[in-house]
Parts: sequence; structure tokens; C-alpha cells
Amino acid sequence: MSSRRIFARPARFAAIAPYVWMVLFFLVPFGFVLKISLSQTAIAQPPYEPVFDLTAGWDALKAAFAALSVDNFKLLGSDDIYVFAYVRSLNVAVTATTLLLLIGYPIAYGMARLPKRWQGIAMVLVIVPFWTSFLIRIYAWINILQHDGLLNQVLLALHLVSQPVVWLSTDTAMYIGIVYSYLPFMILPLYATLAKMEPALEEAASDLGAPPWQVFWLVTFPLSLPGVGAGVLLCFIPIVGEFVIPDLLAGSNSLMIGQTLWLEFFTNKDWPVASAAAIVLLVVLLVPLLLYERLQKRQLEQGR
Amino acid sequence: MQKVSRLSRFNIASLALGLAFLYLPILILVLYSFNASRLVTVWGGWSLRWYHEFFNDRAMIEAAWMSLRVAVASATIATLLGTLAAVALSRGERFRGRTLFSGMLYAPLVMPEVITGLSLLLLFVALNAERGFWTVTIAHTTLTMCFVAVVVQSRLGSLDRSLEEAAMDLGCDPVGAFIAVTLPLIAPAIVAGWMLAFTLSLDDLVIASFTTGPGSATLPIRIYSEVRLGVKPEINAICTLVIALIAVVIVIASLASKLSSSQGESAAPL
Amino acid sequence: MAEESPGTKVAAETAGGDACPDAGQPLLRIEGVAKTFGTFRAVDGVSLDIKAGEFFALLGPSGCGKTTLLRMLAGFEAPDEGRILLGGKDIALALPHERPINMMFQNYALFPHLSVRDNIAFGLKRAGMARAEIATRVSEMVALVKLEGLEKRKPDQLSGGQRQRVALARALARRPKLLLLDEPLAALDKKLRESTQGELMELQRRLGMTFIIVTHDQEEAMTMADRIGVMKSGKLAQVAPPRELYEAPHSRWIAEFVGDINLFDGETKLRDGHRLVIGTRDAGALVVAEPREGVGSGKLAVAIRPEKVKLSRRGPVTEAGRETAINILDGVIADICYLGGTTTYKVKLDTGGMLQASVANSARLDIDAYSLNQHVVAWFTPDDCVVLQS
Repeated sequence: MSSRRIFARPARFAAIAPYVWMVLFFLVPFGFVLKISLSQTAIAQPPYEPVFDLTAGWDALKAAFAALSVDNFKLLGSDDIYVFAYVRSLNVAVTATTLLLLIGYPIAYGMARLPKRWQGIAMVLVIVPFWTSFLIRIYAWINILQHDGLLNQVLLALHLVSQPVVWLSTDTAMYIGIVYSYLPFMILPLYATLAKMEPALEEAASDLGAPPWQVFWLVTFPLSLPGVGAGVLLCFIPIVGEFVIPDLLAGSNSLMIGQTLWLEFFTNKDWPVASAAAIVLLVVLLVPLLLYERLQKRQLEQGR
Repeated sequence: MQKVSRLSRFNIASLALGLAFLYLPILILVLYSFNASRLVTVWGGWSLRWYHEFFNDRAMIEAAWMSLRVAVASATIATLLGTLAAVALSRGERFRGRTLFSGMLYAPLVMPEVITGLSLLLLFVALNAERGFWTVTIAHTTLTMCFVAVVVQSRLGSLDRSLEEAAMDLGCDPVGAFIAVTLPLIAPAIVAGWMLAFTLSLDDLVIASFTTGPGSATLPIRIYSEVRLGVKPEINAICTLVIALIAVVIVIASLASKLSSSQGESAAPL
Repeated sequence: MAEESPGTKVAAETAGGDACPDAGQPLLRIEGVAKTFGTFRAVDGVSLDIKAGEFFALLGPSGCGKTTLLRMLAGFEAPDEGRILLGGKDIALALPHERPINMMFQNYALFPHLSVRDNIAFGLKRAGMARAEIATRVSEMVALVKLEGLEKRKPDQLSGGQRQRVALARALARRPKLLLLDEPLAALDKKLRESTQGELMELQRRLGMTFIIVTHDQEEAMTMADRIGVMKSGKLAQVAPPRELYEAPHSRWIAEFVGDINLFDGETKLRDGHRLVIGTRDAGALVVAEPREGVGSGKLAVAIRPEKVKLSRRGPVTEAGRETAINILDGVIADICYLGGTTTYKVKLDTGGMLQASVANSARLDIDAYSLNQHVVAWFTPDDCVVLQS
């Protein structure tokens, strides 16, 4: 028995309440999503045929299994709208994550090179916008990007354009919104690894004859890869399922999967199809999710 | 030793541009909330007209009140549960079901909100629960306790374990050592966790849309339905008020954490 | 003595009747204690008695198990085997807060959220002491470690030396039967470390308390401890007072670990009374005093400390010197290392080996100093040699 184990016994009791909560409100609900994704659509409230009735006993359960249908999944596979939505979601997520990395890295790098006492201030400055509402930040961009918004006014005043450019309801607007909203999520993990890096390593590289770009490519960048991984996953996964930003800033002719799911659920009231869409989304994200979990675990539980 | 020379011109430029990109839209929004003109694009002089309009908008006020109540309640429950979870994960060593536990806590951090929202709604429907304040609160607690757990866990991980050993050496049992030494030292992280949970809850649109019932819209739901119809100056005013509220919460919390401990706070990984 | 079941409240019991164990009984008895981490045997069957009022040092290279042993005494690790008896009671499985033992941590482990006063009072409050009594004890402790006027400061407002004093006062406040000190001076700079060593010894003598200190610094152990236990790979290699450890090491490993030494491998050639002649490959035949316990047959090593070796240009000069200095070796100076108080010369012997000699720099000017490649004569007496089993 070590002092760690002396502590471990009471600490495990602390797990009980959050454990029960998460099983009840995180794990069990996925069971419901799965179940409803396999049931038939019905025009009713709630709008699906009940699949299981646990009180009805074993025979009823067997009958219920027989009644399960994969029709909703077949629909998702056959209807172009859904296939396109998944492809577009992944597309947008890859593009946006790449943009975020290209924009976030120089900022994080600049922060890590600030004198120590300024680094804390810079970090607060990056975090603070994250504390302000997500919806508000998207709305702020609508203000700027609208037809007679500030951006067009500035462009007109500078005679860069002769007539207002259409920004809203375009992919450009959506990418601006995504980059704006997710930038802190990219910067912070990057900064964390870059700031931890020993400055002597870069100095040693240049002392050994490497020009600045080689110092960066051969020393700094490879060492910052854990941060890159964390930032990429932290942005990529939620962007795939993003709803608000494409809904408010992008055009309505091509939808992301989050929007499709929302539409099926709220407008078409087709809960089974929405559930099936959620299950497919979850499957698509399974690998990045597991990667992220491992990363998070390693970061939080190192030194154990 | 500080080396200013490490900071190249490129570094300074990228920092300045980055921060401008982050702050300008918000500054513009705040500025226009004081614009007297109905046209968002024309400056019509300073005015509190849109704030006035907001305070006379009963539906908005009700939604704001609902959001505040949900945020306070869910942040408080989430802080309690999240702190317990963090303690179990960082001090519990290996225990049965640990992998599942940490998995359930880390997944919601990145899980698309549409999935979390949908699954919780289906649960509430299956349980035949009346949707409104409590369902939204439960949903927000589930999401935000994971953030609290991560923030507190990272603080617990950076804490010198010999402090707890010293407390035991001086006569504390393990629980006593936790209360006398560990808890005061992680207090800033717990406060930060509450704050994070509060703002996340105040901010959330998607999960609230799924889990709320008719007649109990939260502020983001109302703002969203207004924004979909186009830009309204009143929304600028509401947004400014929300930003101000969050700023006040941040200032109070950081003052509180400064008072409670002079310890250097480690950055919370998110 | 009846064995106690593990987990009894030792603190309460030992504070009373048997505070002064009878003379024959040690305060602390460690019996065959072992601890394994995974497959690594950190502590491997250590037995040791420590008397009340003793200043004992556990010395060893890093990873030798000395800290693990100390942590078992404090209760942060439980031994896999063996017993730890404090005043006759087995405390091996008692929890840390149940033991009348306190520890001063390597990094001090001061509670950063508490003032100096509250840090010192921490253990007293847990013991349920009355408020007024706590106040008296705290000011007593503050005076003891000379921290008057700093009671209200937080640890981060103190210097390294002051922090070390707070840690000491906090550990002493409960008047433990045994104080454990884990590298207590490692974080201090050299000058402060030396003055603090003196203060710690003075304090220990004045309080009549039993101290066990863990250190990797042999000078520190030599200076402070009454006895030193040298640990190697989880085992106690030798337990002895400092002088004995240095002058009569039990093994080749101890001889090399403690201080500098010249070692010459060889085997017994001749026995003349209590003198042995040992033939060595590198230094020829050496005359040594036969150790009391005798020597076995087979490989031996002759060990001689550098400061016992004398150098001159022509050989022993005095009459007395000629008689006793039986081992006389010729060579040339191969390396010179000036250290201030002494100079260490490496002499390349004509017989092939290398001999280190440490010479006190008793004159300021270098008229006595030797130069590189100069021919010298080195000599030492048989009594200065130690014979070690190889």
C-alpha cells in the first residue's frame, strides 16, 4: 500500500455520483438513438413506432427484434441529399481545419515567443472571446458581412469594388465564421506545446548551422506535433457536426449533416431518420473521437 | 533570462492581426448597440434606444431570465459532479470501469451538439418527462460537467502530491488532507470550472433547442429565431448585455481566485 | 513484547507509558523490511536498530532505496515483508497520521495557502490541542528556528533558507519520537547548507530527539550523523560511525563510494606476525597490517586514501619516517589537480600503476609544489592501508 493507494480508496467513492449521471444522461440516451433509428416513422406524437416495451416480456422482445428495420439507414445510403451532406461535412471540416491550422500556428508561435510576463496576458486575450457567446460572435459577423455591412462599406470607400459584394449565404462567410469561432481551440493546444519547448533546442539547431526555415521545419514543427494533433481534433470533430454556423452564414442550397439532421428532426418531424443520421455521424467520427480520447487521457494523466 | 530578440517581426504581425481578427467584430457589435439609427450601417449618434427596447420586450426578458436560471443551476450541479469526477480520475488510481468513465467524460467535449441534444431529447421523451427548465438544466449539466472535470483534473494533476503526504504526516486522514490542503489549492480551478460551465450554458443553442419544451425558450433560442429573420439593432443591445454579464462574471471569478490563492494557475487544456 | 495488530492507534499509546524505552531496547527496530515495485526490488531485506537520541544518516547513490525506506518509516509505503517496531510496537501497516513520526520533505511541501504560523500549527490542530496551547507551541517553534516576525508570511514570500526552517518547525511542532528528513538541505546553496548543518546538529542535541536523514551527499552525512548506513541496490552495505566508514570500509564498493581511494589488486605472498605482504600487479609488493578478522585466501585489494600517501623528491626524510614508511614507491607526476586547500597529484608508478596523493598546501608560495613529469618518491605506512576482499 502506498500513499497513493491510501488516497485512492476515498477518491473512488467520488466517482459514484458523476458515473451514475453520465451513464444515465450520456450513455443510455445513445441506446435510445440507436433504437429509434431502427424503428418506423409514424405520424404521431412522439412520431415513431415504439420498438421495445420492456414490460411486455421476452416474447414481446423477440417480436420487437423481428420488427426492427434498417430502412432508415437504407434511405440514408440511397438518397443523394444525405450522401452529399456527409461528403460536404467532411469537406468543410477538412478545409476549415486546414485554414485554422495555417492561421492559428503563427499566432500561437508568436505567443510562445513573447517575453514570459506577456505570455499570460496574450493567453487571456485569446481565451476571452471564447467566453463570449458563440451565437453572438456569429451574429457579429452577420453585422459585418451583410449587403450594406461594414466590410462592403470599407471596400467601397477604398474603391476596391464598384458595387457591394455578396458575402452572406456563401461558403466564404461560413469559413470566416468557423475560423473565427474555433480559432481559440486551435491556438491554445498549439501554444501549450510551443511554450513548453526548450528555447535552447532552436538555438542549438541554428548553432549547428541550420537557417531559420530549417530550424522551424526540422526542430520546432516536429516537436509541436502533439499540439497540432490536439488542435486539429478539437476543431475537426465538432465542425463535422456543426449546425449554427452553416445555417446562419452559408447558403441553403447545400447542407451539412448537422443541418440535415436538424431539418429532419424539427421541420420534417422524422425522428427515426434523424436518429439514423446521428448514428452514421457518430460512426464517421468514431476514429477521430477515439484518437482525441487517447490524447486527452495522455495529457491529463501523465505522471501517474 | 528574457530574450526579446527571439520575437521576429513576423511573430508580432501575426499576433497583432490574430488579436484584431478576434476582437474587431465584437467591438463593432458593442459600438453599434449604442447606435441611434435603425439602420445598422448608418451611425446616427449615441443612444440607449435599443436597450430600452429590449427591456420592454417581455418575451426576450423571459427568455433571458430562463437562461440565467438554467446557467446558474446547471453550472452549480456540473461543478459539483465535475469536481468529484476529477478527484476520482486523478486520485482514484486504477478502478473498475475507469476507461468507460473517462471516455464518457472526454467525449462530450468534442461531440457534435446535434448528437448530444438529440439523444437527450429521446431519453426525456422515453421517460415522459415534461420538457422545460429541468430538462435543459440536466442537458447542460451533462455537457458542462465534462469541461469542469477537465479543468479541475489538470489542476489536480499539477499539484505536488507531497503536500497531501505532508498533511497526512501531520495527522490528517486522507479525507481530512483533501479538505484541509487539496481543496483550498484547487479552489481557483473549481471557480474557473463554474465560470466555464455558466458561460457554456448561457451560450448553448443546439442542445437547448432539442431539450426545451414549448413556452420555455432560452435566450439563445430567441436570439437565433430573430437573427434568422435578419439583423435587428435590439439584438446588438442584448448581445452587449450578455458580453457585459460574462465580463463581470470573469472579473469576479478571477478576483475570487486571486484572493483564495496566490498560487500560479496552470492553463486548463480544453 | 506482544505484537500489536496492524492499524492500532500507535500515536495515542506511545505518547504515554513507554516514552523512555529501557536502555537495551532500540527506539526503532527495522526487521527484514522489503519493498518491491513491479519487478524492481527497491528495498531488499533491510534490518537496522536505531537508538533514541541518535542522529542517523541513510547514504547512497540515487535509486538505492534510501528514500523508499524512509517513506516506509513515515507510512507512505507499506513494506511487503518485515516489521518496523517503534518502541516495541509494529507500525509497519499503520497509516501516516497514526504514527508518532514526522517528516521533513525534500521540497519542504509547505502548504502554499497557509501562513508560516498556520503551517506550523497544522499538525497541532489535527492533534486536537487547545487553542492557547497551540499558540504557545507555535511561538516556541518560531523562536527555535529563528523565524520571529515572519509568522504571517506565506511560503512564497520566504527565501529558500526560511522555507527550510518553516518545514523543520512544522515537523518538530508535534514533538515526534522520530524525525525523518528527506534530503533536507539539497535545495540550499553551499554556504547556507554548511551553516544549516551545524544548526540542525545543535537542535537535535538540544531537543534530544532522534533524527533519520536521507542524503546522497557524503560530506553532509559525515558532518552530521552519529552513524551512517550506506545503502546499495536496496541493501544496507555497511552501518558504522563516519570515521569507521571512512577508515575501515567493509567492502571494495564502500571504499570507492565514500571518498577517494587508491586500490591495488593482488594476493597474499608472505605473513610476518601481524604484517602481510601482498603482491600487487600495479604497485609491486605492499606491506600491510593484517585486519583483526584475518584475510581469506584468494584475491585481495589494498586500499589507501590519497591523503595518507606522502610525497617527496628523495624519499622519507625523518628517522621515524624511515622506520614506519615501509611502502616506498617511485614514480613521475602524471597529473596535477589544484583544489585550494590541497593538491591532488597522480603519480605514474615505475611498477606500472597510478597512485593518487593528496598533499595539503601548507605554504602559500609554490616552492614545495611538484611539476609535471618530475620524479617523486611516494610512501605510506602499513597501518594506513586497508585490506579488502575482492
